[in-house]
Amino acid sequence: MTTTPTESPEAATPPPGSGPAANTARTATKVSQGHRRLLTRRDRLTLGLMAGLPTFLHVALVWVTALASIALAFTTWDGIGFDSIKWVGLDNFKELFTNNPQFWPAVEHNIVWFVVLILIPTPLGLFLAVQLDKNIRFSRVYQTAFFLPVVMSLAVIGFVWQLIYNPDTGLINSIIGANEPGRYIDWIGDPDLNLWAILIAASWRHTGYMMILYLAGLKGVDPSLREASALDGANEWQTFKNVIFPTLRPTNTVVLVVTIIEALRAFDLVFVFNKGAEGTELLSILVTNNIIGESSRIGYGSAIAVVLLVISLAVIIPYLIATFRKERRA
Amino acid sequence: MSTTVDTNAATGGLKSDLHGDLKKRTPVRPVRVLLHVFLAGAALAWLAPLLWALYAAMRPYGETSEKGYVSWPDKLSFENFTNAFTQSDMTHYFVNTLIIAVPAVLLTLFLSSMVAFYVSRFDFRINLFLLLVFTAGNLLPQQVIITPLYRLYLLIDIPGITMSGKLYDSALGLVLIHVAFQSGFCAFVLSNYMRSLPHELTEAALVDGASVWRLYWQIVLPLCKPAMAALATLLSIWIYNDFFWALVLISTGENMPITSALNNLSGQYFTDPNLVAAGALLTAIPTLIVYFALQRQFVSGLTLGANKG
Repeated sequence: MTTTPTESPEAATPPPGSGPAANTARTATKVSQGHRRLLTRRDRLTLGLMAGLPTFLHVALVWVTALASIALAFTTWDGIGFDSIKWVGLDNFKELFTNNPQFWPAVEHNIVWFVVLILIPTPLGLFLAVQLDKNIRFSRVYQTAFFLPVVMSLAVIGFVWQLIYNPDTGLINSIIGANEPGRYIDWIGDPDLNLWAILIAASWRHTGYMMILYLAGLKGVDPSLREASALDGANEWQTFKNVIFPTLRPTNTVVLVVTIIEALRAFDLVFVFNKGAEGTELLSILVTNNIIGESSRIGYGSAIAVVLLVISLAVIIPYLIATFRKERRA
Repeated sequence: MSTTVDTNAATGGLKSDLHGDLKKRTPVRPVRVLLHVFLAGAALAWLAPLLWALYAAMRPYGETSEKGYVSWPDKLSFENFTNAFTQSDMTHYFVNTLIIAVPAVLLTLFLSSMVAFYVSRFDFRINLFLLLVFTAGNLLPQQVIITPLYRLYLLIDIPGITMSGKLYDSALGLVLIHVAFQSGFCAFVLSNYMRSLPHELTEAALVDGASVWRLYWQIVLPLCKPAMAALATLLSIWIYNDFFWALVLISTGENMPITSALNNLSGQYFTDPNLVAAGALLTAIPTLIVYFALQRQFVSGLTLGANKG
């Protein structure tokens, strides 16, 4: 019989937000200055290759292309031959901000996506984690049920939820009797409804993810804190609010960053549902449509990617600085 | 506060159930019964979309179009599953996925463990920066880099190695981007892990004149097995589930891995929703198998590197 997944030793380690900080012996674990001289020339070459090869691949395919996106955002290019690349300054951005009817809705939808994920599945995941952390029976069965959607491809989830939302054959309309012509509720086609329909599917998946992160965080809470709190006569809610929740701070940071990034990355579900048609535009969809659609507007697509890059870095950089600063201090 | 008396309950699951009978049982408290009722209800509600898909997939199209989907079944069978599987030549797409995922997982682990070794066991000035580059790279949304990447893949000619003669529309191209992208996450997790190994291990060997490659291959790497296993499980599922890279970087339907192929198939071959449901569920089966078989590894991997988006 296997044990509860969250009690494996790895899971007990706090998430990376706090991980490096906990590692106070860091400097001692490294080869010290004196021992560095032990490295032969061949060792140095080996080390150079060991770090160099993976770095080359990662930098070339991820960072060079990210920089290329920035450069291309200031040009127009039909993608055929390099001589058709023309510098146009800020024109792409100007057009994007003022002339593209899809841009601002996309920004808005990305924000809505984040707000919904942080307001509904995140607290729900926390709530479920707190309940499942109470040493109850069948905990693993419940956990599996909530976690199953996280294991599945978002594309597959898209297909599964279409069986629920489909206007004439879907579950909802069949139940409420709106599956006949004239009475259709078009969950996927109606621009006022489709984003919310998709967000329910996204939240369905996100809840399990959040639950697991919080369960891992809760496993790391010192049991003596609960005891002390119980001795002081605090009730369950008071203990959670004043004792447990504050200790989950590192987990909360990770959850916040994960959720923002999930909101910026959102793509698969929308693409499977309706390819980002009216009502479900997202920045990621706009970028992609410039590549796989008929129009090959490289510069314009890159300008949208740059907007996405700037927003992402505004989140990633402070997070990494905070994470790595703790580590340095240690 | 409902703290349990039964210490065995801490292990959760069936184990505690067995022990619970032997130990002094805590009296049944209404609060706990209520909690179970709630959790069981919520868990069932959570599985409902999947169960609904399963129900639809097990019914013949003729019957559902006549009686509607919310109706009592005359006949339940796995016919749709076999039809979806054979009509769309799913084996072919599963093999495509295998050709991409297996090398990608192995290469990612190999390359990222080397970087992690470099940054965590030696005190070079560039270490922190290098780790930042890898970690930040993995957090970027894929769409930030896709436009230049797409052009790059069309530019790079590699005649003879791939069918298309380019990185574009090839399994090799997908393997490379998976490795490049995922190695950021793995390098971060593995470097944290390697840092926790005692330094005496490698120092003594270094004094004895072992080469750094030996330190890595024979001392550090074997100790990283638990982390590697967790990452391997996680990577397999992520790469298997990839939809986006394949959608943009593969143009021939034949070359697609299973998840993005499903998108094509649903329009091309599947004419009824029941068949689509069967196809979608078939696509999910391998990940479910991996998850149930390696649940511990999967969940621990996810919480090891919770910064993954």
